Amino acid sequence: MKLRRVKAIAVKEALQIVRDPRSLMIALLVPLMQMFVFGYGVSLDIRYIPLCVLDHEGSQQSRDLLQRFSASSYFAVRTVAAAERDVARAIDDGICELAVVIPSDFSQRLADAGGTTIQALVDGTDSNTAGIAAGYARTVVAVYSSDIQLETLQRRGGTMQTQTPVGVEARVWFNEELESRNFIVPGIVALVMAIVGAQLTSLTIAREWERGTMELLVSTPVQPMELMLGKLLPYFVVGMVDAGICLGLAVFWFDVPFHGTLATLLFTSSLFLTVVLCIGYLVSVAIRSQVGASQVALLLTMLPTTLLSGFAFPIDQMPAAVQGATFLVSARYYVLILKSVFLKGAGVQELAVPILCLTAYAIVIVVLAARAFRKTLD
Amino acid sequence: MTAAPDAPIVVAGLVKRFGSFAALDGVSFAVARGEIMGFLGPNGAGKSTLIRILCGLLHPSAGHARVAGIDVAADPEAVRRRIGYMSQKFSLYDDLSVAENLRFFGGIYGVSRDDMAARLRYAIDMAGLSGREESLVATLAGGWKQRLALGAAILHRPPVLFLDEPTSGVDPESRRRFWDLIHTLAADGVSVLVSTHYMDEAEYCHRIALISGGRLIALGTPREIKRQARDAGARAAEPTMEDSFVSLVGKATAAQRAERP
Repeated sequence: MKLRRVKAIAVKEALQIVRDPRSLMIALLVPLMQMFVFGYGVSLDIRYIPLCVLDHEGSQQSRDLLQRFSASSYFAVRTVAAAERDVARAIDDGICELAVVIPSDFSQRLADAGGTTIQALVDGTDSNTAGIAAGYARTVVAVYSSDIQLETLQRRGGTMQTQTPVGVEARVWFNEELESRNFIVPGIVALVMAIVGAQLTSLTIAREWERGTMELLVSTPVQPMELMLGKLLPYFVVGMVDAGICLGLAVFWFDVPFHGTLATLLFTSSLFLTVVLCIGYLVSVAIRSQVGASQVALLLTMLPTTLLSGFAFPIDQMPAAVQGATFLVSARYYVLILKSVFLKGAGVQELAVPILCLTAYAIVIVVLAARAFRKTLD
Repeated sequence: MTAAPDAPIVVAGLVKRFGSFAALDGVSFAVARGEIMGFLGPNGAGKSTLIRILCGLLHPSAGHARVAGIDVAADPEAVRRRIGYMSQKFSLYDDLSVAENLRFFGGIYGVSRDDMAARLRYAIDMAGLSGREESLVATLAGGWKQRLALGAAILHRPPVLFLDEPTSGVDPESRRRFWDLIHTLAADGVSVLVSTHYMDEAEYCHRIALISGGRLIALGTPREIKRQARDAGARAAEPTMEDSFVSLVGKATAAQRAERP
């Protein structure tokens, strides 16, 4: 391998990148856009569940209970229904996900029997949200109930302890505010880098075939490894700028707490970038049309990274076979690294396993890509 | 000018099959040092296939080919270091300037650093592109592009040059200039194998190989080719190159049809 030739190719490729400012702008703007779209779009926190209330009674107490729903940031009252009909319509039309119906004898039974029930109707289409909404509703009502009990006791002159016998004092580590954004945004950085990295290189060989420049290039003494290195180098620089944009947005715009070191972050990011650039290159070698290569690169990076990297969907909840498949997804390792670096402040030592996995991955892809490139037209 | 067995280009019984179709069906010839050999034949006769095999871009199905003393099937990389190639389609980079293209190919062909400036100067002067060094190739006219492509192909002083229809789509004036360059190179000892379907260009070659249906049907100087055509019963008493081509190819095609019904 001659460095001279690697340099000649790298210079040529860099010139071509600079000569095409539109593509360069796209390469730099797309990650910016994707970070915003995914960063704001993907959130697993459930807040302001649209609520429909139907108060058959309209007493002081029923209003008091409903007040607690509307005061909570988990619910937002959208519809105040006058009849059961309205409740059904609000749920059917998808305006509300939860309806709370208070019976006409609510305060009556509360006073007489010392207990009563209210009805909660949940739209179960999205079972995850439905479960959480019902849980929140139960909590609101439970707090309300214990307040009533307390009040009653006090009124009777009781001096019982006001403490719950057994309570759980939960302390959350690593993501103290339990913000799902803090754990998702680092994963989104991996997603965006996987998509953009593979896109950058997916066109590079296909373009030479389409423009007819490859026929001359393969007639020269250039070696597959020289061609690959020369072509990857300039895109590595562009990719690292992209990585800087994504990571910078995560820290400074999305306010994800960053506990790690910049060195660990840059080292692991350049490793992952190498892997995705090589995946794009491999696709470009295998598929000689630009459109096709770009599509396949997108498919190969976006789908597995979204579904199998663990960036939003926990891997340990997947069926065993699918869990096995996640080991083939390079982003899996990077997502793990990013979350650990961001939230736990992990260093290279703690991350040795995923770093070694990524390194092995990079080597395999580089060898495959170099072998896939044949200097013949057969 | 006769070709010795150790000539820069030696082809013996070369066959190339794509599936059941034989693009080349046992072709043999040799090209001497400083000789310009023209390849003439109808479209699909196998001209490009032959040149691609000699550049190591296609693997021969049978037979042998040696370029600059090296077997193309055994060591195509060694062959590639010793040849210059101009493909049928213009294949320099449109989005790079004249000088950037030349520097790129100089780097790829391993032109030494000390030699680079002189070789670039030579290629630019030869192509008549002085003053246009910084122009993007996309802005050049066809004839200039062809001369630039030739300049890029000879940066590393290859002893053998393969030109696949280098002048197609270029105006007559530029074609004339291009052929002057080829003659200059040949005078310096470069062996040139050039395919064309311009009959007037055939006259500029030292020898011509007529190829049809993957077979060599005539080989000789332009004058010898015309004589063969007259002997074979061409209509005109003094056949032009075109008359000769038509009559020899026609005869060969008929013979091949009779052979393969």
